[in-house]
This record gives sequence, C-alpha cells and structure tokens, in this order.
Amino acid sequence: MPSVTMKVNGKNVNAEVENRTLLVQYLRDHLNMTGTHVGCDTSQCGCCVVHVNGSSVKSCTMLAVQAEGADVVTIEGLADGEVLHPMQAAFREHHGLQCGFCTPGMVMSAVDLAKENPDPSETEIREWLEGNICRCTGYHNIVKAIAAGTKNMQG
Amino acid sequence: MAGLRYEAPNTVDAAIGLLSEVAGAKVLAGGTDLLVQIREEMIDPDLIVDIKRIDETRRIEITPDYVKIGAAMTGAELGENEELAAMWPGVIEAVELIGSWQVQGRATIGGNLCNASPAADSVPAIIASGAKIVVAGPQGVREIPAEEFPKAPGRTALEANEFVVSLVLPVPPKRSGDAYLRFIPRTEMDIAVVGAGVSVSLNEDGTCASARVALGAVAPTALLVKDAIDALLGSKLDDVTLEKLDKAARDACNPIDDKRGTIEYRTKVAGVLVRRTAAIAWERAQKQNG
Ligand SMILES: Cc1cc2nc3c(=O)[nH]c(=O)nc-3n(C[C@H](O)[C@H](O)[C@H](O)COP(=O)(O)OP(=O)(O)OC[C@H]3O[C@@H](n4cnc5c(N)ncnc54)[C@H](O)[C@@H]3O)c2cc1C
Ligand code: FES
Ligand code: FES
Repeated sequence: MPSVTMKVNGKNVNAEVENRTLLVQYLRDHLNMTGTHVGCDTSQCGCCVVHVNGSSVKSCTMLAVQAEGADVVTIEGLADGEVLHPMQAAFREHHGLQCGFCTPGMVMSAVDLAKENPDPSETEIREWLEGNICRCTGYHNIVKAIAAGTKNMQG
Repeated sequence: MAGLRYEAPNTVDAAIGLLSEVAGAKVLAGGTDLLVQIREEMIDPDLIVDIKRIDETRRIEITPDYVKIGAAMTGAELGENEELAAMWPGVIEAVELIGSWQVQGRATIGGNLCNASPAADSVPAIIASGAKIVVAGPQGVREIPAEEFPKAPGRTALEANEFVVSLVLPVPPKRSGDAYLRFIPRTEMDIAVVGAGVSVSLNEDGTCASARVALGAVAPTALLVKDAIDALLGSKLDDVTLEKLDKAARDACNPIDDKRGTIEYRTKVAGVLVRRTAAIAWERAQKQNG
C-alpha cells in the first residue's frame, strides 16, 4: 500500500492507505478525526468540507493520495484550544445548528467565504451555501450565524 | 476488488504509456464524476491516471490566432483569467455553472466533456465556440471538432488509450459574442433540462456574418443545430429570425421524459432558451466593436 504524508491541522501525519481511500475516509477512519462528516455518496451534501491548501474542498471528491504534501485543515483544527473560532462561536450564538450533522461542513465553507468575501450580503451567503445541505433545514439561522461570524472574523 | 493503482505522471507520453499498460484504466482530472462513480460501484478500474501533473493540461495559452485551454483547468481557474473571460464569456459562464464553489475548484472542463453527460453544462458552449478537442494517444496527436466529440451518453470519440490534452478555441473576430444559458428547476446545483450555447460574429452593418448554435440535454448528446445557424446568418435577429430560430431548435430536439421535464416541455423550453441566449450573444457582439 502507498504511504501518504500530509499536514492535518498543523501536524505532519503519515499513513499507509489504499489508493481508493477518499480523503474523508482517511481523516475519519485512519486518523479518527470524526468531526468531518459524510452525508451522501454523490458529493452533494457538503458535510465533508475541509480546507486543502487554504480553499474549501469536499473531502469526498479527493483521494487521500491526492493530498500528498498538502496542508489540510478540518473542523477540529479551527478552535484555539478551548476558545472557539469566531465562526464556531457565531453558530453557537445564533443557533446555527439543530442536529449538527451538517455543521462541520457549513462552518468550514463559511470560513472560506469570509476569506473570499469579507462582507457578504444575505443573498451571497445563500448562494455560497448551494453546495451545503442542511437536512434539518435550519438555513435561516445558519445564514444569520455566517453573517455574524464573518464580521467577527474581521474584528 | 484488487488494489486500485494510482499514478500521476508528469508527461503526456507517460500518461499514454500507463493507459496502454492496463486495460480499462481511467483518467482522473477533478474526480467529481469519477470518484462518485467508483464509490457507487458503477465502475471498478484497476488503474487511475491523474493527469493534473501534466503541464499541457494545466495552462491557458492565448495567442493572436487561437486560445488553448488545458483539459485539467477547473471552472474556478478559467473564471479568473480575465482575457479569456472577455473573449469567450459564454464558455466561461458555462464552466462556472458546474457545481457549487467546492466543486468548481476541482471540476475540470475536460472532465465535463469526457464524462459525456447529455446535460453537461460546458459542452454546448464549447461546441458553439467552434472548439477543436486536442487528443493524444499511442498513434500521436489529433484534433476532433467539438461537435463530433460526444457520441452517446457516457461515450466519446476517444479511442482506446487516448485522452484529451487541451481544447483549442479560435480568437473571435471583431463584433463577436457568445452566451450560454441553462434551464433548471432549482436555482443552483441541478441538472439542466435544456442548455443552449450561441456564438455570433456580426458584419459592420449589424447583420450576422457567422454563427454557431448548440443545444444540450435535449438529445443523447449535445447537438450543433445547423438549421438554427442558417436562421441567424445574414439576419439582424428580428422577430422573423427569432421565430425561425425557435422552430429550428424545437425541431432538433429528441429529448427524454423524466422527473425534470416531459418531452413536450423540454422541446418548448429549448425554443425559448435559444432565443434568449442568441439575444445575449448579440448584445455582447454589438458591444465588442473595438
Ligand atoms: C455536487 C455536484 C454538482 C455538479 N453540478 C454539475 C453541473 O451543474 N453541471 C455539470 O455539467 N456537471 C455537474 N457536475 C458533474 C461534474 O462535476 C462535471 O461533469 C465535471 O466537469 C467533471 O470534471 P472532473 O474534472 O471532476 O472529471 P473527472 O471526474 O475527473 O472525470 C470525468 C470522466 O471523464 C474522464 N476524463 C476526465 N478528464 C479526461 C481527459 N482529459 N481525457 C480523457 N478522459 C477524461 C474520466 O475518466 C471520467 O470518466 C456536478 C458534480 C457534483 C458532484
Ligand atoms: S459526503 Fe462529501 S458531499 Fe456529501
Ligand atoms: S443541523 Fe441537522 S442537518 Fe443541518
């Protein structure tokens, strides 16, 4: 089996994986980092969004071996110890989650949005979320949380 | 399910060598179709050849005579190239429609073409642009006109062990414009019920000097619609022309009935959509007179 080395949340990790292993399976099953969720098998739901070299990617559309040498950040890498990332704090503050299943992907997408567009309108936030599906359909509060989180990130 | 082999060669020749070595080997570009197909066990290849490390597939070359787009360029990357977006706005708007932000960063123009979905968004726009598909294989390099590339749902003109290296588009003459519109039931992230691509060049007096019209999702493959082109040539896009264009588009349709639309509905939408697309292409051509 090939071995793959990448940086995950700032730490170098190395493991042997089958070539067919998706990045999301590698994170969950090999590194036991189960914060990144799997909600579909068609790359549509967005629960699995992580950052690869700084931009958001659905980790089910990438093989682990393709992330060789990459810098990967997952939901576990956002908080600074006990202190939540401003986007996570905004989701808590504005009740941006119900069951929480979609939340890791929502938060990771939102953090990328805040970098691309520091002052998004509600419409822009909703458009941005086209690749993230919330089964509980709590979009209203998710959008509010992202607007607030984006502001907090600039502050 | 023997071990799947993964290779990421650096050259076109190495890629052809690998494809020739293992029967049923699959090319991997962005993986947004391929990895889903593997995961859903629709296919089970022994080897996948990642072409993204091959320089020729990863660049845009703009010369006075042609524009060459690497097959493994993503929608997001193509959208960032302002020169390209000014020349072929319709092609760019079509590739940028592919998926959400996270998918746009991975899905490639070559992958959209080679996956050969009848509803693939970039294909009508590529056909309308008059592009040639540059294909490399054991017998060397050949160019295929874009409209001859898709052969059936999931099947292309690629022969065994060939792959697409790049797409070559002409540099549009003065007073040219192109556009792509798709019609989908939702606002985003859905499969086109109809997609229409139109490119036109106008004479100094505003009449149509040349045109190409292509439709997606209304037949087993995207189509170049000859009668629609004839309707446009020489015209100023007046009401009579629009009526002829509408009819030519409807006549070209051979769609399926599914949950997204009946045959009747798709056919009607094709006529309307092609009118709207032509109007946008025209407006762009009129603006671009410098
Ligand atoms: C959530 C989601 C939304 C989507 N939305 C859209 C949409 O709105 N519109 C749309 O048209 N599509 C959509 N798609 C489908 C898909 O993203 C596109 O078809 C995309 O362009 C495929 O490109 P890729 O680089 O990911 O291809 P891959 O998955 O890497 O490859 C696709 C196929 O083409 C072959 N291939 C790839 N490159 C080459 C090459 N250079 N030479 C020879 N063969 C090659 C592969 O072997 C495979 O069979 C969506 C997919 C997802 C997951
Ligand atoms: S698990 Fe990746 S998009 Fe659903
Ligand atoms: S909070 Fe339940 S899926 Fe979004």
